[in-house]
Amino acid sequence: MTRSLLSIAELGERGLRRLLDISDHMAEVNRRPNPKVPALRGKTVCNVFFEDSTRTRLSFETAAKRLSADTMNFAVSQSSLSKGESLRDTIETIAAMGVDAFVIRHKSSGAPWQLGEWTNASVINAGDGWHAHPTQALLDMYTVRTALNRPAGLDGLRVAMVGDIKHSRVARSTTEAFKLLGADVTWVSPRTLLPPAHDEHVATNLDDVIDDIDVLYLLRMQNERMSEALVPNLREYTARFGLTPARAKRLGQHVLVMHPGPMNRGVEMAVDPGELPGNVINQQVTNGINVRMAVLFDLLGSGAEQSLAATSETRSPE
Amino acid sequence: MNTPAETGKQVGKQILGPDDVRRAITRMAHEIIERNRGTADVALVGIQTGGVWVAEALAAEIDRIDVEADPVVVGSVDASLYRDDIGLRPVSPGSVSDLTFTVDGITVVLVDDVLYTGRTVRAALDAIGDYGRPEAVQLAAIVDRGHRELPIRPDFVGKNLPTSADENVSVTTDGVTIS
Repeated sequence: MTRSLLSIAELGERGLRRLLDISDHMAEVNRRPNPKVPALRGKTVCNVFFEDSTRTRLSFETAAKRLSADTMNFAVSQSSLSKGESLRDTIETIAAMGVDAFVIRHKSSGAPWQLGEWTNASVINAGDGWHAHPTQALLDMYTVRTALNRPAGLDGLRVAMVGDIKHSRVARSTTEAFKLLGADVTWVSPRTLLPPAHDEHVATNLDDVIDDIDVLYLLRMQNERMSEALVPNLREYTARFGLTPARAKRLGQHVLVMHPGPMNRGVEMAVDPGELPGNVINQQVTNGINVRMAVLFDLLGSGAEQSLAATSETRSPE
Repeated sequence: MNTPAETGKQVGKQILGPDDVRRAITRMAHEIIERNRGTADVALVGIQTGGVWVAEALAAEIDRIDVEADPVVVGSVDASLYRDDIGLRPVSPGSVSDLTFTVDGITVVLVDDVLYTGRTVRAALDAIGDYGRPEAVQLAAIVDRGHRELPIRPDFVGKNLPTSADENVSVTTDGVTIS
């Protein structure tokens, strides 16, 4: 049976914990002088990115290479799609070359599911529209779990997720993952940038929550939102929702500061993050490779579904 | 003592008791010291997951025997990313490899609880090779149950235990059980 990673909801708590545990092994590989293992020799991973992305694509490509998989990059702009070939024909053509996994980013929500209907390869969602970005959620969870040394879970952890929730697949996936691990998430956002229906805690000013949090997760404020008149202007956004020098002073020493990148300095991040004691933004990027290796290994390297039993032939089942 | 004909019960048949396992570890500790003329340039590396406690028990025993020497170095290695059957069956890594010392130029004693096909050892050898180039690698196992599929042999064995391929061998401090 082909397995895929499409969303945190489909992964579930057990799968989420399994991937975080495997990430520990990948982190150990990445600490070595020669950070490469032969685990996925002979497997081919194809990156299909219909939206611009530097860090996610490079992160997936690095992850695949460190597991000794071969990688193919499909540049949409130079492809036959621009000659009018349908997406389905393109995918089936690439699949016929022998691909074990597709990593797809697409502006339309649900595109990875559609792709999964057309191919027997595993499909990994690297971001679809406003909907989901499960590997971002995984790397966020892994970063918090290692920074706080809490492998058992995040029960009672107070998280403020700040910014444009409505248009953010990161907010959706990362909130889901935080809640699966037991954390309490508050969305801090202008009312115009909240999804129409939800059951999350909400605050409309960062000052209301900043004294009572353990994690401050800042989202990227996109300039398009201004032209859509969802936010009056960037300065007002920063005044109510940005991490300003005044707010940085109030921030507890223990509070982790996170950002999925790319960061808008002077907007959501109005201080130098390097000066914040809880800054883990670079760890997020590093951990992205760890968790993506875990995802690829779990999908392509594990022979069957979700067996957590002892598996070495030298050991009896417990 | 180990006739498989008596098996068939769900509980399994005890081959070695706790004292036998303890004595086997003591003997193997002596052999490791003797073979390497002390343990100054020796590291014990348990194969995840079953070999880890054995390596620790051997190290404790070596330190008890060789009181004047520095404590022997102990680590562990997870070989699951080096297996040759990846994709053929479920893989769930044990604990993370713990090799914080350099393996260059030392003698690594790989330690496992049960030696069977040799494929785990082969994978562990590859894993060790990614950390450096040991002077030599030796192999210790509490139980050698036969059925090797690769040209691998142990240097230190607690007990040779003839088994059939459909049997399971379990090794703990409480003893060795076959089922």
